[in-house]
Amino acid sequence: MKSTTTWLRRNLVVIAGLGTLAYMILPNVVVTVFSFNNPTGRFNYSWQEFSLDAWKDPCGVADMCASLSLSLQIALWATIGATVLGTAIAFAMVRYRFRGRAAVNSLIFLPMAMPEIVMAASLLALFLNMGIQLGFWTILIAHIMFCLSFVVAAVKARVLSMDPRLEEAARDLYAGPAQTFLRVTLPIAAPGIAAGALLSFALSFDDFIITNFNSGNTVTFPMFVWGSAQRGTPVQINVIGTAMFVIAVLVVLAGQMVGNRRKKAQPK
Amino acid sequence: MTAPAALPEAVAADGPPVHKPSLKKRLIPYWLLLPGILWLLVFFVLPMIYQASTSVQTGSLEEGFKVTWHFQTYWDAFTEYYPQFLRSLLYAGTATVLCLLLGYPLAYLIAFKAGRWRNLLLVLVIAPFFTSFLIRTLAWKTILADGGPVVGVLNKIGFLDVTSWLGMTEGDRVLATPLAVVCGLTYNFLPFMILPLYTSLERIDTRLHEAAGDLYARPATVFRKVTFPLSMPGVVSGTLLTFIPASGDYVNAELLGSTDTRMIGNVIQSQYLRILDYPTAAALSFILMAIVLVMVTIYIRRAGTEDLV
Repeated sequence: MKSTTTWLRRNLVVIAGLGTLAYMILPNVVVTVFSFNNPTGRFNYSWQEFSLDAWKDPCGVADMCASLSLSLQIALWATIGATVLGTAIAFAMVRYRFRGRAAVNSLIFLPMAMPEIVMAASLLALFLNMGIQLGFWTILIAHIMFCLSFVVAAVKARVLSMDPRLEEAARDLYAGPAQTFLRVTLPIAAPGIAAGALLSFALSFDDFIITNFNSGNTVTFPMFVWGSAQRGTPVQINVIGTAMFVIAVLVVLAGQMVGNRRKKAQPK
Repeated sequence: MTAPAALPEAVAADGPPVHKPSLKKRLIPYWLLLPGILWLLVFFVLPMIYQASTSVQTGSLEEGFKVTWHFQTYWDAFTEYYPQFLRSLLYAGTATVLCLLLGYPLAYLIAFKAGRWRNLLLVLVIAPFFTSFLIRTLAWKTILADGGPVVGVLNKIGFLDVTSWLGMTEGDRVLATPLAVVCGLTYNFLPFMILPLYTSLERIDTRLHEAAGDLYARPATVFRKVTFPLSMPGVVSGTLLTFIPASGDYVNAELLGSTDTRMIGNVIQSQYLRILDYPTAAALSFILMAIVLVMVTIYIRRAGTEDLV
């Protein structure tokens, strides 16, 4: 008995940590299990019987796959836009001293320090006042805006930890500014840029609050799920949720494997 | 972010410090900043100005709204909806504390004890970012369903008696009660707590633990005097990243709660998108912003880590 208590005490952190992990994974397990459900009513909230129907026909629900492809498109463009604009800002912030640096810093920080609904509402106020039609473009504008700060943070962290002597060495070896940037700076900053881009994609693809305010009649995937919570949730939503989880895990693991291999290939 | 102490202009720019860099070179940072900053000015700052103007307008949807400097809207909106404000802060605060209590052991586990499992655990923490959070929030409807196994167990061990006494649940239901909303908020924002905690824990030199142990500190003391103080930057940014979005959230209250658990986000959303009372909605959203900014400023001062941000 006493040994059990000491064991418990010694492994308290592990037990509590794994408990939290279980709490975090539980909904994903439920989503996966219920993707094999065959519900009787409009809502897929209680278990009825095993069925593969939804997996055989993932796009069998009206408008769902259209909303999915729209979300993917927006996420793709938002990622490109935010990554380009954000990387440029990050380089300027780390590599140069200039006037108004503090102001720029807080301008970039503010969108992350504000409840999302405040930004969502204010953007709507702008679009309404200017008489701009809500839809694809207003969603894209909003997504680039809120992803920007996260890209800056990710790229900045990476460039800050970079040894400036590498670039000096390249210059000493007669590399021009463009060559130094393309062959030395950019490859070293790449993991930070990739992290920022991945984060942007995830944030944009999954964004609900800002999209809810600025989409008008346009239906992105999160909007479709939101609507389905009122009208009835098709099993296919769980199929997509499961597939997204699996793909995300695979992508992240593959990325880490590539990173590990690189680390082994070029020891410091 | 602590900026390194301002370097003299000539040293920071490349080239020997004697020459002043050419105008073209000095303009490079501005060209790099221009597009992104312009984007933020037009689509972040300008909207705030428009919202400020909307909040002091009066009129109706049919006749149109006009700026009449009607500041009364702020007072009316606040007095009408202060229960929702209080509730939002209460729920977001509770969820933040729960996130810290739940997240700390997991971050600690990943940073110090996971060994070769570290990457897998990190992936499991990040993966939810890539799965639609709305779908996962809806899954809580199934998990907390009336008469379901989870509610059954909570009822049996007397947990629901305690939460009922606290006013968090009613009878043997969890869905549509404050507990369900707080549970959803805690769940949704946990990764935002765990990642900063992990980053700051991972930076701690484990030799400090050994040194403390050599000086006869018990594990609990090592944690209290060494580990926790050194993880403070993570605690501060984690709690901010959890509390701020949670205070404006309306998804959890809508999907897992009832009309009695409406948060201020629900009110702003319905004022803007359903009732179309734009001035009140704008005023409410500014009041929320002011409350959050004031609380965050006080908190950062108190935590004594101003140079974090």
